[in-house]
Amino acid sequence: MEASEMKSSEPTIDLKVFRYRPEESSEASFEDYTVPYREDWVVLDALNYIKDKIDGTLSYRWSCRMGVCGSCGMMLNGEPKLTCSAFLRDYYPDPVQVEPLSYFPVIRDLVINMDDFMKKLEEVKAWLIPKEEQSVADGERLQSPAELAHFKQYSMCINCMLCYSACPVYGRHQEFTGPAAIALAQRYNLDSRDGAAAERGDVIFSDEGIWECTFVGDCTRVCPKNVDPAGAIQQAKVQATKDMFRSMLIPRKGTE
Amino acid sequence: MALAYRAGVPIKDMEFVQYHPTGLPGTGILITEASRGEGGVLVNKDGYRYLQDYDLGEALDVNDERHPQKRTMELGPRDRLSQAFEQEREKGGTLQGEYGDYVHLDVRHMGEKNIEKKIPFVRELCRNYVGIDPVHELIPVRPVIHYVMGGVHTDIEGETPLPGLFAAGECACVSINGANRLGSNSLTELLVFGTRAARAAVRLCERTGDFANKELIAQGEEEQRRIREQFFKPGSGNETIAGIRTELKSTMESGAGIYRSRDSLVATCDKIRELKERCGRLELADHSLTFNTELTTALELEYMIDVAETLAHSALSRTESRGSHQRTDHPKRDDEKFLKHSLAYRTDGDPRIEYLDVKITSWPPGERVYGSK
Repeated sequence: MEASEMKSSEPTIDLKVFRYRPEESSEASFEDYTVPYREDWVVLDALNYIKDKIDGTLSYRWSCRMGVCGSCGMMLNGEPKLTCSAFLRDYYPDPVQVEPLSYFPVIRDLVINMDDFMKKLEEVKAWLIPKEEQSVADGERLQSPAELAHFKQYSMCINCMLCYSACPVYGRHQEFTGPAAIALAQRYNLDSRDGAAAERGDVIFSDEGIWECTFVGDCTRVCPKNVDPAGAIQQAKVQATKDMFRSMLIPRKGTE
Repeated sequence: MALAYRAGVPIKDMEFVQYHPTGLPGTGILITEASRGEGGVLVNKDGYRYLQDYDLGEALDVNDERHPQKRTMELGPRDRLSQAFEQEREKGGTLQGEYGDYVHLDVRHMGEKNIEKKIPFVRELCRNYVGIDPVHELIPVRPVIHYVMGGVHTDIEGETPLPGLFAAGECACVSINGANRLGSNSLTELLVFGTRAARAAVRLCERTGDFANKELIAQGEEEQRRIREQFFKPGSGNETIAGIRTELKSTMESGAGIYRSRDSLVATCDKIRELKERCGRLELADHSLTFNTELTTALELEYMIDVAETLAHSALSRTESRGSHQRTDHPKRDDEKFLKHSLAYRTDGDPRIEYLDVKITSWPPGERVYGSK
């Protein structure tokens, strides 16, 4: 949405924005900006107003502005949120404090380094690994609506990382595989076309995987897409326990 | 597109731009076609289903079991619906809002249960971004730019005339869309032609040895020098990125939008030339080399101007109406002269427009008829 000029009679709202510019100072600080208050503006509109009209040096990531791309996650008054979906009207007339997502290294201002999350996505192999090879000529791999329903919820994840910034376990112990990566592993484990649950198990059933989770549930609470990563983790724990008992009772045929 | 254009590759068929008829005003967020597929209707400020006035068929009652009908009224093609909106606006039938003119999409007759089941995302978007509930209220909508049929000129393998440069997807024009586009065909462009381009690139790599690294590094250094000169020189500029971008959007909408004419396009071409020149006087506040988003925004603005230039000049040269390209001063299709692809080449001044014959295989262009004719 195009930012228009501020009129003096217009109501305004204050943003307290985290600044960190490593080339200028090793210290972070906060900078205050006053922007027009509009009923239909989200925090991202306010940031774009700052960048266009007040201070071009403010850096942050964004793209789609409709809760699909997952790139504009930040801490708003201490809560991880997508800034494209957080309306100013839910804060007004109080100021909004804007900080980068918690527990990730900050590159600059509101931009975090997401390498750790990307590495975890790779470790859990968050992609379809088919049970058997099939040529194009063999046609589609069919799936029933009931089979889709098994994992559909987990497939809604947009990799926005809000759940990592909400997770106290990840905050203390960054080796933890974490909510989104485990939910995405489950998304493929539960897919009728996939055959790599055992491979993924090496990561998600390890010491850094599901057993780290103490079921605080904040990941599910902050998820903008209702993915329920906490549910995915508990479900994986049940599966892992069943597999363990089965392997004790029926050696060598222990996994499904 | 701009990168290819700067490297001398022609940009093809840029005058063909698809508008989606139902975006939310201001944000441009799309209200899916499914809402009309499930029976939603478009009404003007008086609650009248204005599409029936624009050759799109008969307005059946929403409770009629034949509603909605394929290729009729609300299920007409995107370009025709967007054009009808423009004509209705001229007539004074649209509503005025903070973010321009709009009409209403009415899905209330579907009922809450069906809306939740069939189009839950529409309800979520309306509640979150407009603050209305489509179960009880009308959805404000207007045409929004959605897709560019044109793009980097490629052959069926995704290869451009510049050896070694491949393109696929929306940036490319492999010409499966022609002057218009059916919804979801972008997926074909990605999956089919993305795969073909990748395979062709692999074959090329197998044939050729190492790249001329030295030359590439030299080119990169030259571009870095240009960026420092152009954007980091203190005290040189009085233009702002947001200012030029706003003027660019406005001239594209007024002169090269749903309906164009020679006059409107000439004015837009003049304005783009002016903005291009003013872009040279941008001065950035941010001279950092760490995640400098002000610099990336400035570079994007230069690219937007390049793309706008190819679009406006291609539209000016095509003195006919075809598909999404509608000239009010040339309302007829002219197959004799224009059964051709346009190719925009970069020059030191305005782009040079050349033409390439269209290869017709199974379906020659025919008359477009909608409604139950």
